[in-house]
Amino acid sequence: MVGRLLLMIPTLVGVAVLTFVIMRAVPGDIVALRYAGSSVPQDVIDQERHLLGLDRPMWEQFVTWMASIARLDLGQSLWTGNPVVEEVQARMPLSIELAIIATLFAVLLAIPLGVVAAVKQDTWIDYAIRVFSIGGLAMPSFWIGIMMVLVTLTLWGWAPPLTFTPIFEDPVANLAGLILPAIAVGYRYSAVSMRMTRSTVLEVLREDYVRTARAKGLRESLVVVRHALRNALLPVVTVVSLEFAFLIGGLVVTEQVFNLNGIGKLLVDAVAHRDYPLIQAMVVLLASVFVIVNFIVDMVYVVLDPRIRYA
Amino acid sequence: MTGNSRTLGSAQEADDVARRRYLESTGRRRFARFWREFIRQRPLGTAGLVLIIVMILAAAFADVIAPYDPTAIDFADLLLPPSPEHLLGTDNFGRDVFTRILFGSRTALLVGFTASLVGCTLGLVLGVVGAYLGGRADQIVQRLMDVLLSFPLIVIAIAVVAALGTGEDKLGNVIAAITVPIIPRVARVVRSSALSIVEMPYIEAARSVGVGAVRIMFRHVAPNVFAPYLIMLTAFLGQAILLEASLSFLGLGVFEPAASWGLMLKGAGMQFLERAPWLAIAPGIAISMAVFGFNLFGDSLRDALDPRLRTG
Repeated sequence: MVGRLLLMIPTLVGVAVLTFVIMRAVPGDIVALRYAGSSVPQDVIDQERHLLGLDRPMWEQFVTWMASIARLDLGQSLWTGNPVVEEVQARMPLSIELAIIATLFAVLLAIPLGVVAAVKQDTWIDYAIRVFSIGGLAMPSFWIGIMMVLVTLTLWGWAPPLTFTPIFEDPVANLAGLILPAIAVGYRYSAVSMRMTRSTVLEVLREDYVRTARAKGLRESLVVVRHALRNALLPVVTVVSLEFAFLIGGLVVTEQVFNLNGIGKLLVDAVAHRDYPLIQAMVVLLASVFVIVNFIVDMVYVVLDPRIRYA
Repeated sequence: MTGNSRTLGSAQEADDVARRRYLESTGRRRFARFWREFIRQRPLGTAGLVLIIVMILAAAFADVIAPYDPTAIDFADLLLPPSPEHLLGTDNFGRDVFTRILFGSRTALLVGFTASLVGCTLGLVLGVVGAYLGGRADQIVQRLMDVLLSFPLIVIAIAVVAALGTGEDKLGNVIAAITVPIIPRVARVVRSSALSIVEMPYIEAARSVGVGAVRIMFRHVAPNVFAPYLIMLTAFLGQAILLEASLSFLGLGVFEPAASWGLMLKGAGMQFLERAPWLAIAPGIAISMAVFGFNLFGDSLRDALDPRLRTG
């Protein structure tokens, strides 16, 4: 287990190096962007670059950055001047909460529908559920969001609030702002896990022990839930958790529709501004979330399936 | 070496065997029978195919079908609701929405086809080469792919587009941005299929009679991973269309006055949601139908070609 934890380090270092090199390979830095179009003398620009340390050799910048990470110092945003930690902290609660609600919605939708589709394989119910799920993959979640706002607006004259309220201040206002985006995103993400549930349940239903369970006269509902579903859930858990990791930084467009100031929006802004410290910190952070979730999934496997053991 | 070595006397003959195997699996008669069975046995896939054909026809004959000029501004007819003259209404510049939807299918197909084709082909090359050569080079490429895979499609696409720049005549950059995140996903699947093929006796045979590495990779290995390649090509076509819409919606994709479904949602679609809901409804349905078509078709194609494959 410790070995697996240690294996995460080279991946993350790889992510760090790659991001660092790519961002600097791209033409135009933050100073060039800030003074674009204005007639600032070259020596002012050079001075600014020197101040930000952008004139030093690339390896030196990299070593400095790595050393500060080791001291748990992520530096300051070049654009706003605030510490990177503060910038990220301000957006994290929203993004994590949205990801949690969307995942809950997706799971609550996906698992029952997937099981029903598998049990009723090749009937009209199965076809209807499959079309419903492929529809979720086809409709852009930001468009589903727009349509939901349109419906609530015309039917009840209600639109989600334009500002975010933290959940501990006012849970109702908080949920009011997040429920529509969470459903829009959750529906799309339920499609993948639903298809996964359907196919793994179908596979398990053909196993011998399921036939045995039926043969000894067990009720069909018990066979499906206790014997089939429990054994079919493993791959579903993987899909759901990896998507959860993606949800935190990947909701760029949905955040735009609902005017949510989340991690995805911060990342896009940072890329647009060539805000190196912020981009580097966020990319490493998002990759860490992904790698850590991967690790937790492996651990959950051991709990769900006693046959798997990590020495 | 037994019987086989006599038939595989030279590199040329080894190639012939590979070509014959390939032709047997894609021969014209088999091809026709495959589609007859596909249409009979897979109603959902056929529905998808119909949607795709409709979309291709709409794109090809947009000039003929479209009742108006897609960029003609008409300030006398702003934000008109759907009517017999303007089937889907007009936007805030008085442009006909139906016309712009038709021309938008050109953008979607152009970006979708190019990005998916280039991305899947590069993925195929990386996967096959990696599986065949193995060793350190393969390891390095795989780690690089792992890094790319730990981010959502859209985040990588945004990073690439930010790096290359956006603008009115920079459609190539948008296509490149959508291509990059497709490559590692295809490379991974192709590599795992190719790994088992590389171990096959006929590859060993080809190598033993002196066929070069490049020739083995592209004449003997690549044709045998063609099924997953084809399946992913259709699957990522839908994804690419969605990505183009998302990027354009964010203002990082196609620019006005070009017609793009995502762009239509971005501008007037959001701004006049209450006054002119048709502006937001029509492009969304167009995107959904296009992606729906490619997904349905791709799914059925996967079941028909290789039921063991699941791209998730």
